[in-house]
Amino acid sequence: MMLTTPFHSRIAAACELNCWGDWMGYTTPNAYTDVELEYFAVRNAAGVFDLTPMNKYRITGNDAEAYLNRLVTRDVSKIGVGRVGYTVWCDEAGQVMDDGTIFHLAENDYRICAYARATDWLHWSALGFDVTIEDETAEVAALAVQGPTSCAALTAMGLVGLDQLKPFGLTEFDFEGEPLVVSRTGFTGDLGYELWIAPHKAEALWDRLFESGEPYLIKPFGTHALEMARIEAGFLQAGVDFMPAEEVVRNGRSRSPFELGLGWLVDMEKSVFNGRRALQQELANGSRYRFAILDVDGNKPANHSFVLKGNKQVGTVTSAAWCPTAKSNVAFAQIEMPHGAVGEELVAEIYYQRELHWTRVLAPCKVIDAPVFSHPRRRATPPGNF
Amino acid sequence: MTDTYDVALVGAGHNGLVCATYLARAGKKVLVLEANAEPGGCAATREFAPGYSVSSCAQWLNQLHPTVARDLALENHGLRWAARELASISLDVDGRHLTQRGDYVEGGNITAADSAAFRKFHAKTTRYAKLLAGAFEARAPKLVESNLTDRLTLIKLGLGLKMLGRDDMSDLMRIILINMHDVMEENFDNAQLKGLLSLDSLLGSHMGPRTPGTVFGYLYRRVGEVFGHAGHAQVKGGMGALGQAMAASARAAGVEIRLSSAVASIDVDAGRVTGVTLSDGEQISAGIVVSNADPVTTFERLVGLRNLETDTARRVSQIRCTGGAAKLHLALNGVPVFTGLHQRQLGQRLVIAPDMNYIERAFNAVKYKEYSTAPALDISIPTVHDAQLAPAGGHVLSAIVQFAPYSPRGGWEAHRDTFTQLVVECIARYAPGIEQQIVASELLTPADLERDYGMTGGHWHHGELGMDQVLMMRPFPGATQYNAAFDGLYLCGAGAHPGGGVMGLAGRNAAREIIKRGAAA
Repeated sequence: MMLTTPFHSRIAAACELNCWGDWMGYTTPNAYTDVELEYFAVRNAAGVFDLTPMNKYRITGNDAEAYLNRLVTRDVSKIGVGRVGYTVWCDEAGQVMDDGTIFHLAENDYRICAYARATDWLHWSALGFDVTIEDETAEVAALAVQGPTSCAALTAMGLVGLDQLKPFGLTEFDFEGEPLVVSRTGFTGDLGYELWIAPHKAEALWDRLFESGEPYLIKPFGTHALEMARIEAGFLQAGVDFMPAEEVVRNGRSRSPFELGLGWLVDMEKSVFNGRRALQQELANGSRYRFAILDVDGNKPANHSFVLKGNKQVGTVTSAAWCPTAKSNVAFAQIEMPHGAVGEELVAEIYYQRELHWTRVLAPCKVIDAPVFSHPRRRATPPGNF
Repeated sequence: MTDTYDVALVGAGHNGLVCATYLARAGKKVLVLEANAEPGGCAATREFAPGYSVSSCAQWLNQLHPTVARDLALENHGLRWAARELASISLDVDGRHLTQRGDYVEGGNITAADSAAFRKFHAKTTRYAKLLAGAFEARAPKLVESNLTDRLTLIKLGLGLKMLGRDDMSDLMRIILINMHDVMEENFDNAQLKGLLSLDSLLGSHMGPRTPGTVFGYLYRRVGEVFGHAGHAQVKGGMGALGQAMAASARAAGVEIRLSSAVASIDVDAGRVTGVTLSDGEQISAGIVVSNADPVTTFERLVGLRNLETDTARRVSQIRCTGGAAKLHLALNGVPVFTGLHQRQLGQRLVIAPDMNYIERAFNAVKYKEYSTAPALDISIPTVHDAQLAPAGGHVLSAIVQFAPYSPRGGWEAHRDTFTQLVVECIARYAPGIEQQIVASELLTPADLERDYGMTGGHWHHGELGMDQVLMMRPFPGATQYNAAFDGLYLCGAGAHPGGGVMGLAGRNAAREIIKRGAAA
């Protein structure tokens, strides 16, 4: 039996296409009306996405910071109260188990949002630490409100002063007598916020948001539009761009943070953290793969393509999309070392089908140094009043 | 104050001293830190009553590796034998004792068929023990990474297995994982013989004759015979004299030994050990720290679970290391008299394990944190061969008592006297009148053994010798080749491959590994 989120009654009413997907056992909309229109709502107005199925764990106790510091690769002590940090965590082989965000809600009080279920791992990791771990996935409903008019729409709903919230900051408002936690975070690379509230207030929040957001052209968007936006913004998706290490069955199919272009999240100055020993060896001996963003010629998305250097296969594409705002054909690829350096020219072997006819295209592509979409409004505080 | 050494070695147990000696001979500046006032660890002698001394932990020497003994020149450093090649005698209440030495067994109403079957069984298990002995003399191979040294070990093991011939090989594969009880039932009728061999398979452990893997425990013990110990030996002056001889050998090699110096922590930084801190706060810098302490003590208490990666912390927390054996020491004012036992047999190894169910029932109790009401015993009366351990005319009796729980309900203090009395009564059934000869007694429970010898759970082997915790699984995956968790951190004690027993191989193998890694250590 598939689960539904506390927003389901509203989502079902808005989901004209009746196009549903399965996200960690929850019924989630792939698209509501039209994927492109939903995508453009995110880039040109405000889009709303239900992220309740994201796994949420509350970490409290005297050792909460020390615990998280041993768990994840980055230095958690640098995430102050009221701040959010993106990070990855690894197993002992230095392979990425998941990526996610750490919310520093209060002193000794954190929330981790993760792609994968992590209850067992979080509890194993608690040996020797004074912490309490609570799975609050079902106790917290969450909406992402993303796009240039998101701040204005939320302010109109009554979140006065939200424009002062900096990127990766979090704050709390009162919503009909319930605390509403708002963080300036998201998965679209745009100006945007995420709202966290008790499930019994979920429908009221949705209604108020769409009511006050109407003048700001607010629109719900589904997983497919999110996919376009996140590829454009250069964000990796667990389970797509890498396999969580615990789910990998075959030897060598998992990846280290360095191999995913996430080396900046690894703080080797920390004396101990999960995967440190293996990552130290990787730094000494070299990585097996390199993460590359490819700018692919033409407009055919290079989904599942082999990446060639001459006649030799040197990698595969994990995510690909035509990115409408950047007007680029982008692909994320895992390239075997030593290939994949910025500027290197490669070839994507793209297969696509039109009316049962398969076509093969050898599309030249180039490794680029940054995501194709990066808008200053994502970082500006206060954001412009769009 | 900060001192600098190449190697800081935690614990002057016998493996620690062996390891230190080899390292010092290889040119390392080695400091051994021992919490107790005497070196030797479980190779210890203690005066437990005025004038009465006893081997307070291990009481027999039956597994010491000949290369270790030779390399450390132990006899040049004072090791003397009080007796060697002692037989094992399974006591019978009515005096029909059964004596076993090597492949020979007599008495106890043994039938000719059983004698012959035992000779055959002994020969076969000796072949198996030889195979194990070979694997014990090298580091345990890693299975996943293909490394030449490990491959050679595996090839040797595989080849050795193959060389056993088809019948032996398949039989070994069949019995190695199963229990001693079933194997005994397959081979013998004599209850005493089955009891005696079963006890050998599980001494010091938390297992009964029906526990899977006890056949491995038996073969483990039999490795001592492959190393040249035909029967049990008794060290003159008690096992502490062995500790002293090893310490003397270590010092002669240039090792510095500091006694009464407890290590409070093993210090680590950025993936490497940096040294140790003593309980008085003194810090000692060393590029290599070798721990003779058990793996749980080493990682949980000295390094700290918080300083370990999750997988390592989890594995450490799951090591099975609850002991099930206690020691009873009796000071006697005269020669004890056992029913039907000749005085010249008194100095042999005396065993109370009349049949396998007796041991299994004794084991049942400890599963529920209770002590055995009829425990199995392994008794030594060392004064028969070594009069200096007691005042003139006096004797000491030392017994390994299977089984006693680590923490009985209500705590040991509520049970100590009752249990002591119970064990004495158990001995008195075989030696009537012994109660009247007792001048003093001492019971060392698993909790006491933990306190006195730093063994977590009071387990002799620093971790159960179960199939899940031996060879490439000892003490846990990821720490099987002595180095673990941090660069420069090594294990050299019984918790490491091959395991416990006064064998010295864990110490020697660890030293070889450290020397082999050279600067990379």
